[in-house]
Amino acid sequence: MTTLHEYMIKEGHAPEWPYPVKYGEEKKIVSDVLVIGGGIAGCHAAVSAAKHGAKVAVIDRGNAKRSGMGGVGVDHWHGACTNPCSKVTPEDYTLATIECTRGYTNGLVRYIIASEGWDTLLDSEKMGMRIRDVDDEFKGAAFRDDETKLMFAYDYKSRHMLKVWGHNHKPSLYKEMKRLGVDTHNRIVATSLLTEKGKQGARVIGATGVNTRTGEFYIFRAKATIIATGSAGRLWQFAPQLTASSSMSDLNNVGMGHVIGWNAGAEFVQMEESGPGGFGLGYAPYSMGNPGNTFFGTPIVDNNGKEIPWFDVFGQEIKTQEDRFVPSPGQPFVLGIGIGVNNYIDKYFLNDIATDIPERILKGELVLPLYADMTLMPEVERRVIYGMMVGNEGKTRIPIYDTMTKAGFNPDKDMLQVPINPLETYRFNNYWIGVPFPAARGMGGGGFLVDWDLRTTLEGLYAAGGSPIFNSGCHGESATTGRYSGRKAAAYARTATDSIADRKQIEGEKARIYAPLKHRGSGIGWMEINAAIARIMQDYCGKYKNETTLKLGLRLFKELRETEGSETYVANPHELGRLIECYSLISLGEMIMHASLVRKASSKYLDFYRLDYPELDPPSWQKFLPMKLKGNKVISRELPFDYHLKPPYASTYQENYKVHCVI
Amino acid sequence: MKPSIKTIRACIKDNKEIIMPQEKAYAIPNVPTPTAPVIFNPEICNGCNHCLEICPVDVFIPNPVKRKPPIILHPEECWYCGCCVNDCPLQGAITFNWALQQRGYWKRKDTGERFQV
Repeated sequence: MTTLHEYMIKEGHAPEWPYPVKYGEEKKIVSDVLVIGGGIAGCHAAVSAAKHGAKVAVIDRGNAKRSGMGGVGVDHWHGACTNPCSKVTPEDYTLATIECTRGYTNGLVRYIIASEGWDTLLDSEKMGMRIRDVDDEFKGAAFRDDETKLMFAYDYKSRHMLKVWGHNHKPSLYKEMKRLGVDTHNRIVATSLLTEKGKQGARVIGATGVNTRTGEFYIFRAKATIIATGSAGRLWQFAPQLTASSSMSDLNNVGMGHVIGWNAGAEFVQMEESGPGGFGLGYAPYSMGNPGNTFFGTPIVDNNGKEIPWFDVFGQEIKTQEDRFVPSPGQPFVLGIGIGVNNYIDKYFLNDIATDIPERILKGELVLPLYADMTLMPEVERRVIYGMMVGNEGKTRIPIYDTMTKAGFNPDKDMLQVPINPLETYRFNNYWIGVPFPAARGMGGGGFLVDWDLRTTLEGLYAAGGSPIFNSGCHGESATTGRYSGRKAAAYARTATDSIADRKQIEGEKARIYAPLKHRGSGIGWMEINAAIARIMQDYCGKYKNETTLKLGLRLFKELRETEGSETYVANPHELGRLIECYSLISLGEMIMHASLVRKASSKYLDFYRLDYPELDPPSWQKFLPMKLKGNKVISRELPFDYHLKPPYASTYQENYKVHCVI
Repeated sequence: MKPSIKTIRACIKDNKEIIMPQEKAYAIPNVPTPTAPVIFNPEICNGCNHCLEICPVDVFIPNPVKRKPPIILHPEECWYCGCCVNDCPLQGAITFNWALQQRGYWKRKDTGERFQV
């Protein structure tokens, strides 16, 4: 008897809510540093702040031991440029990402992660995550340095990307947090930031939250607050029963940090770059049979066993398996996939399997289905991919490696079937995503505008992680920015004064979030609201936009809030949490629509198309457009791409980093 | 020894056969899709609820009967991360269960035989 229906049939009624219900009861927590979001970034921030002497509290929507996009594990790490084997400098790496994105990226964060990503890995190693082949399992392999026992990903020559055994990254961080006395509060949905005297734009002095098991109201007071929340996987699509398995974003990801920061008056950039992202609808669990990412280099054959060729960026066929992992002549080094860079230039792009698979299938050259044929790989490559990497990467360890192995799949003699997708999806080697780059980007582009301290534009508020900080990257980048902002927030907290939360602000927040309790049993639930939000985003904030459709979208969100959105009901604290998240999604949708209205120009590099301003990338619009809320009004301004190298900052990355990385 | 997925499925089928002859019918909502992202083995699971604490999205609630497997309350919220299976202290108490329409296929290269999870 483990499903709800089995229970109801046996017992004749639904189970009672298993946790004590305490709607509205207040719990107060005081710390020096408050971290909102206990994912990879948040846990590293907490550990780092605690190590620098701060009393730290963490709010997590799930359980910080396993929550977040990186909670399940990780198999490789980008930008570890200072590892002893790397041939890429932090400056090279930063400039490469800027060149690829044509400036639409976060240069200072790229430099920070390239400068201390390796140190973050060493910290993680001390906490218990394996980063070396200590058992000499892969001794002598081309992807291994036999002296340091480090193993490399994608580019075996330049060696700035490392293979890691990260299945226990979160549990080991969690253990360290416990050891350092971090006060972790699980199952809390953050609902707002508290500001001095309750004023928008003032210093941030904590946050409010609701326990999604008990309904209790939490008041967190802190001298410094770090936003380390996730992306928003259910903003454009809401069909988790079909798409959750191929998603890299669970239902807790609603851009909550973005929204509470927005309401508090912080500035944001590049929100217009947001898009629906991938949506595998077939039998396509994440990373099942493809030649990219974790499976990079894996041979793909058609139904008749015909292997699909690989090419370098200059169109030359790559003859050997080994050469897939080496940059071509003329390429200084390559950048990996999944670092928030959505347009690569040839100079830094990976070797790739043929991108004209759709045409080859239509011509009859290839016959569906395709298969990942690891038997064609050298034994050591097969073992490292379908073993070490698939066995450590998030969402492949149990779902693919363990499940397929137990079912009898053997990579030495079997071929994994590639999902049978619409043909267009085979242009991008991560077939499970369902759409090619740059459309696969999701919410990777926009976030808080930050300075060299990773402070937002509000005093007392810092940001960490690939989602909250605009265009900043992936798993390793989240860990490294967390570690950096943790120590900066701890340093600020040492000098900051205590502040009292504004009672009016708290009462206003309580009235807002508990309103659905008044409509018990009537009105509509969170799932229907979520579906409506997704539909509005699909229709009014799709690939092609114009002023009229965007304004109509904003009007529909306003109406949704005022009509059905104000007549919602919840059956228990879990549903209350999900509904509060839906309100956050509405605000996030509005933020993206406002940002899309502010940029009156189309851009190939942002994958942003305004039908009323069709000219692509006019030079006068090649800049950031920070925006914030003032009252209910959206205020925007202009900022050059290299703002972080202009006064008050020094003119070089090295100088700025040297001054700001210390505390 | 850990029972295979087949054994567990057979066991559930047997239970259903016991339930089937009931005369009483209930007016209850449709069964969500997917029904069960994991399958508990009641012979092994001791109801420690570790999976329930680990799950990032609260798919489970504790069983009102102590020492019994949790109840899968929100199967449609599961994102198939597999942490509950990975972190379970009792081998074989939980088995990962792909949604029916999303199970992986493979082909044995020398015989051409096709398999499914």
